[in-house]
Formats: sequence, structure tokens, C-alpha cells
Amino acid sequence: MAKFAKKKDGDLPAVSTASLPDIVFMLLFFFMTVTTMKDSSLLVENTLPNASETKKLEKKDRVIYIYVGKPTQEYQKVFGTEPKIQLNDKFANVEEVGSYILAERAKKPQELQNVLTTALKVDKDANMGLIADIKQELRKVNALKVNYTTYEGDAFNNLQ
Amino acid sequence: MPRRKGAPEVNAGSMADIAFLLLIFFLVTTTIETDAGLDRMLPPMEPPEDVDVVIKQKNIFTVNINKNGQLLVEDNLMNLKDLRKAAVAFLENNGDGSCNYCKGKKDASSSDNPEKAIISLKNDRETKYKTYITVQNELVGAYNELRNREAQRLFGRDFTEMEAEFLNPETPSKVRDDLKDKVKRVQDMFPQKLSEAETTSN
Repeated sequence: MAKFAKKKDGDLPAVSTASLPDIVFMLLFFFMTVTTMKDSSLLVENTLPNASETKKLEKKDRVIYIYVGKPTQEYQKVFGTEPKIQLNDKFANVEEVGSYILAERAKKPQELQNVLTTALKVDKDANMGLIADIKQELRKVNALKVNYTTYEGDAFNNLQ
Repeated sequence: MPRRKGAPEVNAGSMADIAFLLLIFFLVTTTIETDAGLDRMLPPMEPPEDVDVVIKQKNIFTVNINKNGQLLVEDNLMNLKDLRKAAVAFLENNGDGSCNYCKGKKDASSSDNPEKAIISLKNDRETKYKTYITVQNELVGAYNELRNREAQRLFGRDFTEMEAEFLNPETPSKVRDDLKDKVKRVQDMFPQKLSEAETTSN
């Protein structure tokens, strides 16, 4: 018996949890690679309208986003309450849309440059005048495929 | 008395906690969102250089939205809820009788056939985006309604469902090739001709 009694700390060996970190890290890496971070924080109010006849936007790397809406509370003092355009992380004028699209397009790999979609995330209370100007700019740089991003829902909810 | 055991083992028990913390952080902050919306093609800046196409007035279905969100369809005030029905009736009117799958009224003063039928959408600069989207949704809905009907008749399933499966990159390419022809065929039955005039500012 003396042989076994030599082991001082505990006769029942604890379950080894040494591999637990590995398992968790594995999960962690999975989530880190699979998820895409929201790359820009919203500076504008962005309540999208509802629509029922929607199509899913395919792969994220083929989409260029343009946000439109009135500036959020904290920016209203500086930028007023008229709907503005947000490109990446800053406000922009209509004239900058074209160059932004070209710059974003240049960043994408060659084979994707012709299949890009421009997703317009427009607040439902924006005026069409601004949208028409943006569309005009998009036409100038030949970015013809657009997607009016909406929430899934009954379109008539918009009018209430 | 000095310890003889050598350096004590670093306790790795809290490693799991740290990793969990990171894991939970990423779980919470990231959103796997799939955006959906209405797909549209803008007209190219340079119009294709073909001869001036004469389009008969009866083949154009004009939809005008004013700044108060009211709808003027073919010069008549219309409720938004009736738009889809009116658009469907216009698209499959089949005035010249050349479309054998249409169930329209064959009204001589409306569109000749789906091939020629054009919907023209015009809006004011002060029109609200939500009104515009609702109108767009109804017009796309009208096309989808007709295409679904024909797809049901020919292939026994909805067009929108087929199209979604076709566009889904996870669909095996064999299925996709098969769907491609079917989708194309239904699309050609009711080609989407939605023209958007430049906005007016008065």
C-alpha cells in the first residue's frame, strides 16, 4: 500500500481539462473566420422600407454599400436633418459617389469587378430626388446593377 | 525550506475562461446577416445605337407618383392597392392575340403582347423613398405573379422559388444548369420592361 500512498495529492486524479482551451479556441477561430464584422458604423438613420418581392443579396464580397438617411442625433447639429449619403465611414456629397464606386471596384479582384452590385440602403423617409441623383452617378460609372435593400415584409406597411 | 519540485506548473485552468470570453465576445458582436432587397438594373448612360424605336402609346403603362405619394396610372388616380392588378391586366392584355398563354382581355387600346408591354415609372423629387419602394414592389410583384402562374403551369413550381434556387451559389451546378433554361424560358414569356424616367422637380 505504501507504494500508492506516496502520491500525496489526491487519490482520485482530476479530469484533465487541459484540452478544453483547445476546443474553445477551435470554436473561437471558427466564429472569427466565419463572421464578417460590420465594417462601418452608421452615421445615418437607417430604417429600411418593407418589400415582399425581395431577392437575397449573394456573396458579400460582391456588394458595395451606400447608405442614405438623415444624420443620427449626435450629427444633426453639424450636418442638419436633411438626408445625407454615407460612404464607408463618412458623409459624402452626391458627386463623390462615382469616385467611391470606382475606388471600391478597383479594390475587388479582377474577376469580380464585372459582377458587383450596389446595395442602396436608404432610409424610408428619404426623398427620391437624392436617390435619383445617386442613380445618375451610378449610371455615369456604369454600375448598373443596384439592389434596393429592404426588410422582408408587407410593402403596404410602409405607408402607415 | 526551499522547494525541491522545480518550477511549479503554470495553471492553465483559466485559459478556458479567457477563450470563452473571447468566444462570447465574437458571438455577440458579429451578425450573420443576409440582406435582401429589390434587384434593379439601371439603364446605361449611352443608349444602344439602334434606330429610334417607335413605341405605341398603348404599349406604355405610365405610373406617376407625386410628392404626396399619390398615384396617377394611365392618367387616372389610383389606389396603391389596385396597382398590382392593373399592371397584371396591362401586361397580359394581349391586344394582338400573339401570346397564347395570356389570359388578358384583348383590349385593343391596351398593350399588344407582353413582349411589347412597357411599364414607365416616373416620380417626383420629393416622393418619399418608401412610396417608391412600395410601387416598385407592386410592379415587380405583378411580373412575379404572371411568371409564377406560367411556371406553375409548365413546371409545377413557382418561378420565384426556381429563381432563388438558381441564384443560390450552394445549389449544385447540375441542378443549376437545368434550372437556367427553365428560368430563362419563363422570363422570356414576361420580360421585365420597367423604364424609369428621370425625376421631375416641379
